[in-house]
Amino acid sequence: MTYSRVAIHFNERLCVWVMPKPLRIVIAKPGLDGHDRGAKVVARCLRDAGHEVIYTGLRRTPEQIVRTVMDEDADLLGLSSLSGAHGHLFPRTCQLLAEADLTHVVVFGGGIIPEEDRQSLFDAGMRAIFGPGTTSEEINSFVDEVSSRLQQEESIGSGEENDWRWGA
Amino acid sequence: MELDEAIEGSRLALSRALTLVENGLSFSTEEDGMVIGVTGAPGVGKSCLVDRIATSLAKDGIKVAILAVDPSSPVSGGALLGDRIRMQSADVDDLIYMRSLATRGESGAVPSVIGNMTNLLKECGWKHIIVETVGSGQAEFKIAAVADTILLVEAPGRGDSIQAEKAGIIELVDLIAVNKSDLPQAEAAASDIEQALSAGSKDIPVMLVSAQTGDGVSELVQKILETEGQSMTRPKWREKLNSEWMRQLNSHPDLESMLDGLEEGSLNLDEAINNLRR
Repeated sequence: MTYSRVAIHFNERLCVWVMPKPLRIVIAKPGLDGHDRGAKVVARCLRDAGHEVIYTGLRRTPEQIVRTVMDEDADLLGLSSLSGAHGHLFPRTCQLLAEADLTHVVVFGGGIIPEEDRQSLFDAGMRAIFGPGTTSEEINSFVDEVSSRLQQEESIGSGEENDWRWGA
Repeated sequence: MELDEAIEGSRLALSRALTLVENGLSFSTEEDGMVIGVTGAPGVGKSCLVDRIATSLAKDGIKVAILAVDPSSPVSGGALLGDRIRMQSADVDDLIYMRSLATRGESGAVPSVIGNMTNLLKECGWKHIIVETVGSGQAEFKIAAVADTILLVEAPGRGDSIQAEKAGIIELVDLIAVNKSDLPQAEAAASDIEQALSAGSKDIPVMLVSAQTGDGVSELVQKILETEGQSMTRPKWREKLNSEWMRQLNSHPDLESMLDGLEEGSLNLDEAINNLRR
């Protein structure tokens, strides 16, 4: 559960208040990869930590994933790939998020991502990459850190300028 | 964040505005619309069927918004919302908007914020709204408080004909779809339900459909649309009134002080109720 400051304009009136809000997290499987055990375990671990998790199911295109993130008003997006196509699919998703004015969404990834591929994914705006052997405690610590940075109104979305990344 | 932008048609602004409403902002509207409630037991195929219905409406150029509810964990408060897995048309069709919702600790198969969310959607031009409840049993009536038309989804192999004789949600519904018509027992299930209903006073159509193959879906959609404007029965008004009464009670400015009084013993229950009625 996080608290967010909300300011809205309606009929030329400005209303500001603070409301409790669970984090909404989309877990997505881009591309033709059919291995979703890892994605399901992560979704379950985030659910057990009190977040609202939307799982997309298998074989989604980056366009479909961005549509899901938009409709669900998600705060975070987790991408899972074990097929080797992360080098194309992850940056493409970040790019489409930016084009859809969703630069504030915090993007993280997981699966089989070789060490030498990771820097370019961070450069594309991703804030964390988790490989095999990652514990659910570590995933939860990452999300907690994201949550507290968001509450301090730090800009850590995939399309926002910020050097922070998990584990750096 | 601009509510006005949502009303002007921005999908992104609509999403954010829905979040505000989901978190407690109240919203009312003068706009007309049609809220279709879809309910039924877990596993009967509600999500798949909703996807088919939405696709069929969109094919006729009708914009349709879907609010799909899944349960929150009573332990952690978190939720795993999986309806999108079966509603993939929402990811490609601009005429379909789909939002997953968690119950957030409320019972009754639909959270009470849904009414405000449907109001916002109507205001933003989404006149046809499908609300899918969590998989529910016989006694979850709260869908009647938000839906104009209620579709009960059934499936073969869910018990004998006495199930359809029991009192409950079946008395509030406008239509019954027996899903999985591609399975052998479907026709027998449909005729069991029809026989049970034939003793009642209300004429409720029972239709065979298959969300798997798409058979019967366009006929079902036609029937749903035909109920527009004539489905508000007395029991549904009762549920709406109940629900609005509860909402007003729970948002009454003096509620906390009345509870304080009751706790301290300075008020009795009758006095508290009379004060809240004023």
